[in-house]
Amino acid sequence: MVAQRLALGLLTLFVVSLIIFLGVELLPGDLAEAILGQSATPETVAAFRRELGLDLPPHTRYIEWLGGMVQGDFGVSLANNREISELIGVRFKNTLFLAAIAAIISVPLAVTLGVLAALYRNSLFDRAINIVTLSSISFPEFFVAYILILVLSINANIFPSISNVSSDIGFWEHVYRVMLPALTLTLVVVAHMMRMTRAAIINLLASPYIEMAMLKGISRSRIITHHALPNALAPIINVIVINLAYLVVGVVIVEVVFVYPGLGQLFVDSVIKRDIPVVQASCLIFAATYILLNLTADVLSILSNPRLMHPK
Amino acid sequence: MGNIRKHLKSAPPTAIFGLVVIAVYVFVAFFAPVLTPYGESEIVGAEYEPWGEGFVLGTDNLGRDMLTRLIYGARNTVGIAFATTCLAFLIGGAFGLLATAMGGWVDQILGRIVDVLMAIPTLIFALLILTILGTAIPVLIIVIAVLDSTRVFRLARAVSMNIVVLDFVEAARLRGEGTGWIILREVLPNSMPPLVAEFGLRFCFVFLFISSLSFLGLGLQPPTADWGSMVRDNATLITYGDITPLLPAGAIALLTVAVNFVVDWFLHKTSGLRDEH
Amino acid sequence: MSTNKLKKILQTEGLTRRDFMVRATALGVAAAPASALWSSSAKAATPNKGGTLRLAIGHGSTTDSLDPGTFENLYMQVVGSTAYNQLTEVDNNGDLVADLAESWDVTDDAVVWTFNLRKDVEFHNGKTMDADDVVASFQHHMGEDSKSAAKAILDPIDGIKADGKDKVVFTLKSGNADFPFIVSDYHVAILPAKDGAIDATSGIGTGGYSIENYEPGVRTALKRNPSYWKQDRAHFDAAEVLAIIDVAARTNALTTGEIDAMDRVDLKTAHLLARDKNVSIEEVSGTQHYTFAMHTDVAPFDNNDVRLALKFGIDRDALVKTILRGHGVVGNDHPIGRSNRFHADDLPQRPYDPEQAKFHLKKAGLDSLKVDLSAADAAFPGAVDAAVLYKEHAAKAGIDINVVREPNDGYWSNVWLKKPWSAVYWGGRPTEDWMFSTAYAEGVPWNDTHFSHARFNEILVTARSELDDAKRREMYFEMQKILSDEGGVIIPMFANYVMGLSKKVQHDKLGANWSMDGFKCIERWWFG
Repeated sequence: MVAQRLALGLLTLFVVSLIIFLGVELLPGDLAEAILGQSATPETVAAFRRELGLDLPPHTRYIEWLGGMVQGDFGVSLANNREISELIGVRFKNTLFLAAIAAIISVPLAVTLGVLAALYRNSLFDRAINIVTLSSISFPEFFVAYILILVLSINANIFPSISNVSSDIGFWEHVYRVMLPALTLTLVVVAHMMRMTRAAIINLLASPYIEMAMLKGISRSRIITHHALPNALAPIINVIVINLAYLVVGVVIVEVVFVYPGLGQLFVDSVIKRDIPVVQASCLIFAATYILLNLTADVLSILSNPRLMHPK
Repeated sequence: MGNIRKHLKSAPPTAIFGLVVIAVYVFVAFFAPVLTPYGESEIVGAEYEPWGEGFVLGTDNLGRDMLTRLIYGARNTVGIAFATTCLAFLIGGAFGLLATAMGGWVDQILGRIVDVLMAIPTLIFALLILTILGTAIPVLIIVIAVLDSTRVFRLARAVSMNIVVLDFVEAARLRGEGTGWIILREVLPNSMPPLVAEFGLRFCFVFLFISSLSFLGLGLQPPTADWGSMVRDNATLITYGDITPLLPAGAIALLTVAVNFVVDWFLHKTSGLRDEH
Repeated sequence: MSTNKLKKILQTEGLTRRDFMVRATALGVAAAPASALWSSSAKAATPNKGGTLRLAIGHGSTTDSLDPGTFENLYMQVVGSTAYNQLTEVDNNGDLVADLAESWDVTDDAVVWTFNLRKDVEFHNGKTMDADDVVASFQHHMGEDSKSAAKAILDPIDGIKADGKDKVVFTLKSGNADFPFIVSDYHVAILPAKDGAIDATSGIGTGGYSIENYEPGVRTALKRNPSYWKQDRAHFDAAEVLAIIDVAARTNALTTGEIDAMDRVDLKTAHLLARDKNVSIEEVSGTQHYTFAMHTDVAPFDNNDVRLALKFGIDRDALVKTILRGHGVVGNDHPIGRSNRFHADDLPQRPYDPEQAKFHLKKAGLDSLKVDLSAADAAFPGAVDAAVLYKEHAAKAGIDINVVREPNDGYWSNVWLKKPWSAVYWGGRPTEDWMFSTAYAEGVPWNDTHFSHARFNEILVTARSELDDAKRREMYFEMQKILSDEGGVIIPMFANYVMGLSKKVQHDKLGANWSMDGFKCIERWWFG
C-alpha cells in the first residue's frame, strides 16, 4: 500500500509542477521585465529573453525542465545563475530546523492541554485555556511576532529580535536565535491542535463503551487517557499533520518579520521575479514534504483504528 | 420558536456571551452606514488625532475616523470571512462525505485532486491566482473558499471514515438504503461535532489569511476598511506602547472567542453528554 | 533665529558649501558664524579605525545578483558601491571627484573624453587594473546582447577604446558636458577583464571592502581591502549588510542594538524612534521625487489647460505633511531637486488653488472632469494614500479623480508607461541633463509623460555640450520653467532619505545624491 501511495505521490508532484508552471506562465510579465523593473527597455528585455531562452514556447521549456528534473538536475536560477540545489539546500535545512523546534514545543503542549481541557471540561481551567489559545490565534501572525519581540526582546532583552543565522554558528546558538520565531509559530498552531484534541475526546465521551467504563467506576483521567484518547487519535493525528505541514510550508510571514533565511522567502521572491525553475523546485519540495507527512498520517490513522486495519 | 427559547435558557453563560457578541457584530455590520459618524474612507481630520470629542477613537494615518473604520471593518471582515467559510464547508463537507460514502474510484479521484491542491502551499497558490485574476471581493471569496475546502474535505473524510465502518452504517447498507440517505441521515449527523469545531477555527483563519495576503500586498484593497490591514498599517506603533493597533486586533480576538464559545456549546449539545459533573 | 533656521537647512538639505553660504547670506547670517556652523556640522574629527558595521537595508531579494548591470534595489546598490568603484565619484557635497580615473580631458565640442586611470590599483584578486578592464566593464552594458539596466544611459557612447595601459578614450555620438557624471553611475562598476570580457557575477572589484560571503536577499559579509588606495576611507575592519524588508523588524533590530544603521525609517513613528537615546535619525533632501505622470498625447491630458487644472488641484503641503510626515519638501512640477547644481530657485512655487484649477478647466471648455489615476504602493510608499488624498483635494475644483489601485506585482511592466496617468517614483539623477534626457526628451523609452516640446529638446541638446556654467544655468532654468508650466508631470513632493543610526556611528556630511550617503556609507562612516 505504501508503495502505491508513493507512486501516487510522484504523480501528484508531476501535476503540481504542471500547475505551478502554468500559473507562473499566466502571470503578467516575465523574468526579464521583473528584474529590469523601471529600467526596462525593449532591447534589454529582448536580450534577456534570448539569453535565458524565455523566447522559446512554454511547452519546450517545460519539457526541458522536466528532462533535467528526472535526471536529478534542478537547474540554475534564471535570475542569478546559481545552482538551485545549492540555493535551496541551505534554506530548506533552516526551514526544517525552525519547524522542528516549533513542533517539539507545540505538539506535546497542544495534546496535553487538549486532554486536560477535556478532562476538566467546563471548568475554569478549560475556559481560561480556551480564551488564551483562541485569542492567540485570532491575532495575525505578524502581530503576535511584534508583541513577542516587544516583550521578550526589547523590554526583557532575553532573545534577539532578528534570527540572524548563518552556517558557522553552533547548534545551541541556532536554537537560541530561532526561539522567538518558534514561539510565534507555537502560539499560532497550538490552539488548532489543542481544540481538536479536546473536541475529539469529548465527542467520544458519550459512546456506550465510555459510559460503560464510567459505570464501572473507572477514574475520569484513566477513562480519557486509556479509553477515549486512543480512539480519538485519527482526527488528532490529522490536525497535527496539517499543522506540521503548515510549519514547513506556511511560514513566509514569520520569516519576513524575523529575517530568517528559510524556503518561504525564497519562494515568494522567485514568484515575484518569475524565476520559474526556483519556483518549481521549491514548490516540489513543499509538495513532497506535504505528501510524505500525509502518508505518515494515514498510516498512523489506520494503525490507530483496528477496524480500518482489518477491513471487513 | 419555543424550542429555541428552551435551548437558550439552558445555555451556559459563555454561550450567551458569545451569542450576544455575535449579535452585536451582525447588527453593527448590517447598519454600519447608519451607525457611523463619517463615511468609510472620508478624511475628516488631521492624522493621528488623539481620542476625544469628535473622534471617539481618534483618527488614523490619513486622518480618517478610527471608529468609523472599525465599524466598516466589521462589515467587510466578518461578512467576507463568513461567506468564505460557509462556501468552503459546503464544498469541502459535501465532497468529503461523498468520497467516504461512495468509496472506490470517486474517493480516489477526489482524494488525488485534493492532494494536489493541498500540496501547493496555500499562500503561494492564492498569490498566484489572485495576481492573475485580480483581487475583487468575489474572486477573493471564491479562491480562499476553494483552497480552504481542501482542509475541510480531509477532515470530513477522516471523521466519516471512522463512522462508515461502524455497525449502524453497515446495518443501513444491508437494509438497502441509498448512498444519499446514508450520508444525510447516518454519516452527517455523526460527523458534525468535529466539523463544527473546525468551523469556528476556519472562520478565524480566513480573515487571518486575508490579513496575511494584505501583508504581501494582495487581499482587500484600500480604501476598503478591514481589520487585518488596519492592524498591519498601525503595527509599528505597538513598539512604542500605543494601543491603537490593539483595537482591530482586539475586535478580531473578541469575535473569535465568541464564535468558539457558541461552537463549544453546540459541540456539547450534540455530543449527547447530559451530565455536567 | 536665523542661525537655527540655517542649522535646520544644513541638517535636512544636501547643500554644497557654496550653496550653503548663498543661503546663509540670504538669511542675513554673517559669513564667519555661518562658516563655523558649516564646519561644526561637518564633524571634522579624525575617524577611528576598526569595528564591524552591521547595516540593515529594507530591500534585497533572493533573486539578486552581483552583476552590476542588474542592480535594481538599494541593497545591491550599497553592496555594489562598497565592493566596486567607478571612474568617478559624486562626493558628499554633490561635487564630482576622481575615483579610478585620476583626471580627464575633453575636446572643445565635449565629444571625445579621455580618462587617465589611477596607477597601481589592485582588484581583490590581486590583478592590477588597466584600461582593458575599463573597456570590458563598459562593454558589458553595451551592445546588442546587453541585458544591463545601464544600457540606456550609456547609449550616447559611440566608441570606447584603450589607449595604452592607463588611458581610456570615449567618443560620444554628440557632445555631453556631463559625461564624467555618467561614468559615476553605480551600474558602471569596473571589474577585472579576462579575454576581453568581465565575469559580471564574480563580485571582484577594487573597492574598500571585498565580498567574503554573499547570500542573495539575506546577508553579505565584507572585509576591509588592505591595499585600498583611498587613505581617508574604509575605516571599519569589516561590515555585514542584512536585508530586512519589514520596517518594524528593522526598527526593532536597531533599538535592541543588533544592527548599527538602517535605511528607510518608518515615517509614522520616526518621532518616537528619535526619543531612543542610542539612536539618531539622519535625513537628507536629495533628488528622490514622487510624480503623477500623464500621457500628454492622450485626451484629456493633451490639453495643457487640463494639465494646469490638475496641477493647481493638488495640495502639495498636505501631501508632504501626510504622506511624508514632513520628511520632504514640496515639488514644483519639474524633476530638479534643491541639491542639484542648476535648481531654479526663483521659479514661483505653484500653490494649491481650486479657483485657478476651475479657471483652467473652463478655459479648456470643461465644467467638470473625470479621470482615472493608477497607483500602487510599488510606485512609491504611500502612493495609494497620496492618490486618495489628491482625489479629495481635486474634488474641490470640480475634478473627479477615480483612484485605480493597481497590483504591486508587475507595476513597472504593466502600469507604468502603459496607463495614461500613473504614480511614479524617480530616484533622481545627479545632473539636470541626465534627468531630462532620461525622462523628458522626445522619444526616449522612459518618457513617461510622452512629452514632446520643440524648444525643450532644442535647449537640451545645446546645454549638453555647453561647457560654460553660467550659460548652462540659464538654459536649465528655462527648461525647468517649461516643464513646470507645460509638462505632463505633476511633482508634488521630493522625499528625504531618512536613516536611523546608532549613536556610536559617526559620519561626515551625508551625500544627498542617493540614500545611505550616496550608497557609500560603509566606506565613508566610522565608529566614534
